[in-house]
Amino acid sequence: MSDLRVEGLTKAYPGLPVLDGVSFDVDTGEFVSVIGPSGCGKSTLFDVVAGMERPDSGRVLVDGKDATGRVDPFAYMPQQDLLFPWRTVLANTTLGLEVAGMPRSEARERARALFPTFGLAGFEDARPAQLSGGMRQRAALLRTVVQDRPVLLLDEPFGALDSLTRTGMQTWLADVRAGFGWTVVMVTHDIREAVLLSDRVVVLGPRPTTVRHEVVVDLPRPRDLATTTSVRFSEIAAELLGMLTLNAV
Amino acid sequence: MSRADGLAQIPARAHGRADSRARRPRLARTETPTRGVGVVRRVAPPLVLVVLLLVVWQVAVVAFDVRPQVLPSPLRVVEQGWAYREQLWANTLPTLQVTLVGFAVSLLVGWVLAVAVDFSPWLRRALTPLLVVSQTLPIIAIAPLLIIWFGFGLLPKVVVIALVTFFPIAVGLIEGFAATDRQATNLLRSMGASRWEQFRLVRLPGALPRFFTALRIGITYAVTGAIFAEYVGATAGLGIFMNLQKNSFRTDLVLAAVVVTAVLSVALFALTYLVERLVIPWNRDV
Repeated sequence: MSDLRVEGLTKAYPGLPVLDGVSFDVDTGEFVSVIGPSGCGKSTLFDVVAGMERPDSGRVLVDGKDATGRVDPFAYMPQQDLLFPWRTVLANTTLGLEVAGMPRSEARERARALFPTFGLAGFEDARPAQLSGGMRQRAALLRTVVQDRPVLLLDEPFGALDSLTRTGMQTWLADVRAGFGWTVVMVTHDIREAVLLSDRVVVLGPRPTTVRHEVVVDLPRPRDLATTTSVRFSEIAAELLGMLTLNAV
Repeated sequence: MSRADGLAQIPARAHGRADSRARRPRLARTETPTRGVGVVRRVAPPLVLVVLLLVVWQVAVVAFDVRPQVLPSPLRVVEQGWAYREQLWANTLPTLQVTLVGFAVSLLVGWVLAVAVDFSPWLRRALTPLLVVSQTLPIIAIAPLLIIWFGFGLLPKVVVIALVTFFPIAVGLIEGFAATDRQATNLLRSMGASRWEQFRLVRLPGALPRFFTALRIGITYAVTGAIFAEYVGATAGLGIFMNLQKNSFRTDLVLAAVVVTAVLSVALFALTYLVERLVIPWNRDV
């Protein structure tokens, strides 16, 4: 796993400046959430960091090396699970490895090994339509992490789930991540989710956006549902909410 | 809840879901008879209606003593059709052959055009209006010219069938490829997939349900397209058979050939469902 450094990213579409010098760091094994008012440019920031769009200026560094405009250091998990109905669950999870040119049997073996951890054991040959919403999201996450890229980029990974499933997935992810030590950047607009999962939360301002605030989440791990009712949790959440709504009224 | 507890609970939770899901196959089996009832329910109404119409037709022809040259009774159509079954069959085979060859060419043209358009924005802009123009050509005027140009062989008929059937196929595919979720494209790009890999892994399989819909539209035109092409000029086939029988006032045999045509079209139409089940079994809403 590796560290990520985002330096002064700017990006404008014709007549629409979106990123106005966004900088933040993510240490090796750190979980950083990026939150911001809706329409502030979170998705653009993600596309630029993930190498799918070129920034107008600024750099993306992974382990100190320039990774601007490159996709290979990042494993990207989009909002929707995007499991393809024509593939079995296992074949869906090996998609990234296949694209990377790994022989199919080796890719399947590698993905298969993660199925029990992701609560998907026994569903290797099932079709995505046979999975529940939470299982689909876990399969999508498995497809992301099995690529073994230095940095995970999660774009509102649980946004499409109902609140109960979502809570279950959050505590599950907190547990699983502790075992793997992934370096993660997650975009979300759920403050509760950001505080529960993150080591640090980066708050973006309205468009054209820049980093407005950073909060270190000094809650002890492991965290679970009880964490969300602690005083410190509420304090951090209130601080983030204050920063988010600063100019909104 | 400590971390260890949390981890231990994950498989347990997953198993709980696994059990509830494991019932699916059994559910599917109990669904089968219901599905059989569904087929009966779908087939029965048109069948009842057709039988009713045939009875009315039969009674009317007998009651008003209509001459068979004008309107033969359904029973006479069947009787005479059966009596001429060898001739009918001998003319059905060439029509079927022309239909299949023509439709195969149409599929080839449709696929090549659609894939080319998907890869080249320039071609998309250049070809789309031409595709539409091709559908405004009056086939009835073009077909005799095709005979003049290409003779009475297979070629002019293949061209007519391809002309009337490639359009829905090409358009269905072009739209199917283009309907690919932008997010899915981004996901593939983030994995480092080339344009070709994006096509092979997402755009192509994603377009197949639409393709089969387009295939069904195309195939219903294919048989009538073949008959039409033969009507204009052929040495054998249901089209020329109908033309000859019409000229000798054998209305009953014309109608018998019409029945064969309808059966052929319906059979090919039904065949597309079978192929669809085999090619894209994952698409359950067929």
